[in-house]
Amino acid sequence: MEKNVPSIWKAMEAKGYSRREFMYFCGVAVAAAGIQSSAFGQVVEAFEKKARPPVVWLHFQECTCCSESFIRSSHPIVADIIFDTLSLDYTETLQAASGAQAEKCLQDTMKNNKGKYILLVEGSVPMLNGGSCCTIGGRSALEILKEAAADAAAVIAWGSCASHGCIQAAKPNPTGATPIHELVNRPVINVPGCPPIAEVMTGVVTHVLLYGKIPELDSQGRPKEFYSRRVHDTCYRRPYYDAGLFVESWDDDAARKGYCLYKMGCRGPVTYNACSVTKWNGNLSYPIQSGHGCIGCSEAEFWDNGPFYQHLSSFPGFGIESTADTIGATAAGVTVGAVALHAISSNIRKRKIIQGNMEESVSPNKPDHEIVEEVPENGGDQS
Amino acid sequence: MTRIVVDPVTRIEGHLRIEAVVEGGKITDAFSAGTMVRGIEKILKGRDPRDAWAFVERVCGVCTTVHALASVRTVEDAIGISVPKNAELVRNLMFCTQFIQDHVIHFYHLHALDWVDVVSALSADPEETSKIARTLSNWPKTSPGYFSDLQKRLKAFVDSGQLGIFANGYWGHPAFKLPKEVNLIGVAHYLEALEWQKEVVKIHTIFGGKNPHPNYLVGGVPCSFNLEEVNAINTEKLNFVAKLINDAVDFVEKVYIPDLMAIAGFYKDWAAIGGGLSNYLAYGDLPTKGYAYPEYFKFQRGAILDRDLTRVYDVNGKDENEIKEYIAHSWYKYEGGDTVGLHPWKGETEFNFTGPQPPYEQLNVEGKYSWLKTPRWKDNPMEVGPLARLLVGYGKGNAEIKEVVDEALKKLDVPVTALFSTLGRTAARGLETRLIARWIQEFFKELQDNLKSGEMKTHNGEKWDPSTWPAECEGVGLSEAPRGALAHWIKIKDKKIENYQLVVPSTWNASPRDVNGKRSAYEEALIGTPVAKEGEPLEIIRTIHSFDPCLACAVHLYDPDGKHIHQVTVN
Repeated sequence: MEKNVPSIWKAMEAKGYSRREFMYFCGVAVAAAGIQSSAFGQVVEAFEKKARPPVVWLHFQECTCCSESFIRSSHPIVADIIFDTLSLDYTETLQAASGAQAEKCLQDTMKNNKGKYILLVEGSVPMLNGGSCCTIGGRSALEILKEAAADAAAVIAWGSCASHGCIQAAKPNPTGATPIHELVNRPVINVPGCPPIAEVMTGVVTHVLLYGKIPELDSQGRPKEFYSRRVHDTCYRRPYYDAGLFVESWDDDAARKGYCLYKMGCRGPVTYNACSVTKWNGNLSYPIQSGHGCIGCSEAEFWDNGPFYQHLSSFPGFGIESTADTIGATAAGVTVGAVALHAISSNIRKRKIIQGNMEESVSPNKPDHEIVEEVPENGGDQS
Repeated sequence: MTRIVVDPVTRIEGHLRIEAVVEGGKITDAFSAGTMVRGIEKILKGRDPRDAWAFVERVCGVCTTVHALASVRTVEDAIGISVPKNAELVRNLMFCTQFIQDHVIHFYHLHALDWVDVVSALSADPEETSKIARTLSNWPKTSPGYFSDLQKRLKAFVDSGQLGIFANGYWGHPAFKLPKEVNLIGVAHYLEALEWQKEVVKIHTIFGGKNPHPNYLVGGVPCSFNLEEVNAINTEKLNFVAKLINDAVDFVEKVYIPDLMAIAGFYKDWAAIGGGLSNYLAYGDLPTKGYAYPEYFKFQRGAILDRDLTRVYDVNGKDENEIKEYIAHSWYKYEGGDTVGLHPWKGETEFNFTGPQPPYEQLNVEGKYSWLKTPRWKDNPMEVGPLARLLVGYGKGNAEIKEVVDEALKKLDVPVTALFSTLGRTAARGLETRLIARWIQEFFKELQDNLKSGEMKTHNGEKWDPSTWPAECEGVGLSEAPRGALAHWIKIKDKKIENYQLVVPSTWNASPRDVNGKRSAYEEALIGTPVAKEGEPLEIIRTIHSFDPCLACAVHLYDPDGKHIHQVTVN
């Protein structure tokens, strides 16, 4: 197998890593993937001999937006991933082979790389009616998943479908759509989002392969590297929120100045994702920057979390120091009508000063934005 | 008699299974079955109609945006909202972006490996490749060194023994006809298109915040323009859009179209294969004077029967006698039984799986065999897609469409009837991309002119508040997805969704037989398709891919009596 392309060990050696560090890398990969220590030798051998780690990408109940997002990656670009980083041995979206030849790719990869291949899963698994709601080659999604997960080195759940069930699991969940981590008896890295950001997807994969360990995960199995901050905490429109400057209706004067979309239903305050930092499509924009509130697509059960255009009620743990684990998904309650009553009092005093500066810089002669006077100075329902 | 099991067909979206009969090296019968269901129509019931676009956008992440557009139109039609001119233009820009990106992706990443032999490219002469490439267009990446470097990279990849996405392909199959140098050009542009496609979608990111699945809004678009503000769509962002449009036009005119014409020239025999149905349906899209005036759409609305291009019939989505869905062979039940057809406003979505429990070997095609319903226009099976759109425009005498179609036919030296084929379908997709690349420039110019005149409005909020809505109303949103005619129907009651039905392009094309036993487009197009090499379904996936299926497929071939005389296993 020693061919023109260097193996992981050769690549690490060339970059100055010692054999000891390489063995540590393998050990972490084994531990992180939750595979048995008896398989350690196999993993070392895999990384020593295989130029690129074999990868299997399965599709179940999904819309392929995760695959589409993956190929949008700006850094690294997907051609480099396919040619240099990993060996995408089974992917219904891109592979040349069909039918029996495609099935052979899957079977060969699993058979020849026991405990060594990475399993990527896009889509949820329907559990009602004996699995008849999603079959591939006459086999149920559940059967295919269990077989592929049994000998995988690591399992990554792409997107909200595989992580939480997403839209098909929204009420009344007609097909019994179920996330992957509930079906396989092993740790799963959840990379939620509808879809996840392209560079987050390639970031998770390259984190595992290049740094020799899986990223640290939170209690929901999400890599903290990308899911430890709420969209709201890092949003460039946060100062307007703090100052009480809000869009009140679509395309109003405040919208044309890019004020906060909280009152238009933005889910940024309860959504853990990298959108406002990593942004989308090569760091270009994200929903809020283009005028629409966050719909919370990386959070579990976001489809059933109330209508998208009703704003959130107050919720605890408002500081930017909060993480997903200290607040949890339960914070996403919705209250109808209580428009002015939200937790901004700590910043109310600052508001007039900030607004004054903003208006001065935006429109020196005409401070045309009305201050939100109905918000009491002592802060409404702020806790 | 041979039964070949091909499962799944790859390089498509979703899960589809086709069972077909092969006799004397040709397909004589075929059955198409969707094998995945999510029940999104059931999930929509009771929701806020203004949220529906986000739900239905998740029907498909490949043709992302088209369902969102159809949905906001459906709700606006029901409530009686017209959108500002700028919103129409932004929607059109996003529509054009989607089509250009999706068609290029389809050609290079989903369809090209049916025509381009990657292994053959390894032995191409880079000097010769460069010469050929320079005759195709003045695209800059055509030096011998460029092709030589690419070939070395490809060779190192193959030598590694890990073929990844190219493993077990049909390399060396007798149906591959391209010279090795053209194959190398194909591989080069496969990789270039992969890198370029992530750029053009940035138009979605600017106006809709992200791609896939950018944001839409009932009543307009969510973004605002402000040429005096860094915090809105301003001059810098518009300059970026202009650059992305220019780059897209370049890629289409200098890479996609020259490649398409060059490859088509070597596969003219496929202009006589895969014709299938003789009826075509297009709803039309790209309004220029509002959605209520389809006569001013860039893509026109109409139906063609029996390939008679001299007559284009009117199509009305609201006429309950025109579009109906049948379930005779679909895993659903209607209150009125299996033989009736229902207009989508009266549509029902009640599961009734009667197929074999997985794991199974074959479906009972005499009974129900698919999760897709069977739509019919005036009880006729219809093909939808780029070919249908061009034929409807051609039939209506649309000068722009006639120009690009006639130019291509002349270049390939084939008659207009060559369009009714696998090759015609694939060519039509490229030809309409040329038109869309022109139109997107017109729409952008018009948007700039509007902004110049001080017209900034992007949203009509008059009926945003549900208290302004009637107690009950119904609407239809007719649109075009890259894969063909797309429509949504809604009934709203007490501010909530009472019923929501979608009839998507792949339902028209990939559906099972109707109650009268008439085949739909995939099934009919496979009839007569040759199968040169038992066990390698290259010709089958060529015809299936020419529709750009939004479903992952399985193709089964078996004898007319349903007996599996011989199963070929390919090693």
